[in-house]
Amino acid sequence: MKLVQILGPGCPKCEKLKANTEQAAKLAGTEVMVEKISDINQIAAFGVMMVPALVIDGEVKAVGKVLSPEEIKPMLQ
Amino acid sequence: MTESTKQPDAAGVSCQCSSAPKLIFSCSGASNLGCIADQAARQLNKLGLGNMFCLAGIGGRVSGIMASTEAASAILVIDGCGLECAKKTMENAGFNHFAHLRLIDLGMERGSTSVDDHSIFRVVEAAKVLLAEVAVAG
Repeated sequence: MKLVQILGPGCPKCEKLKANTEQAAKLAGTEVMVEKISDINQIAAFGVMMVPALVIDGEVKAVGKVLSPEEIKPMLQ
Repeated sequence: MTESTKQPDAAGVSCQCSSAPKLIFSCSGASNLGCIADQAARQLNKLGLGNMFCLAGIGGRVSGIMASTEAASAILVIDGCGLECAKKTMENAGFNHFAHLRLIDLGMERGSTSVDDHSIFRVVEAAKVLLAEVAVAG
């Protein structure tokens, strides 16, 4: 199982990234645990300057953009 | 506040709904020039002209720092002396598009130029010009 963390305050784009990630997990056939992190200090602790951000197993994969399910899928395989 | 005018919060994190920030990296080296570069970068950050960011995070390939830098709207790199450690650190990490300021090009000398408000002011003013240029180019 992969731990996926979505960093963001909860704006529509953050929600879209979460939905795309869940769809990507289905496409990849990978079991994921999705965690939303909205606390600004916790977000900053990742070294992230912009949100939304996507973190997979502790590694920041994307910052400041909403990746599509197709873009996220290979990151989960 | 509308989304398009939203500014980074106290932790320096900005939403994608706002424009991507300009990032400022300083060599922050041990010499007098490294100290001036560092203080100037902090002053630029304080003035809201860009966000000072961690060059050590680039050297360490910290994923959050790397991804944030890739997403920056513009990058300014400030080096003190001709060794250009900050520039080389950025290039070794794969970042090649940035404005570059060297304090030696402002006539400052390693080992002799005083670390004082006047020196810092001169660097800040030169950096302002470069940041305006990258804003136009961007």
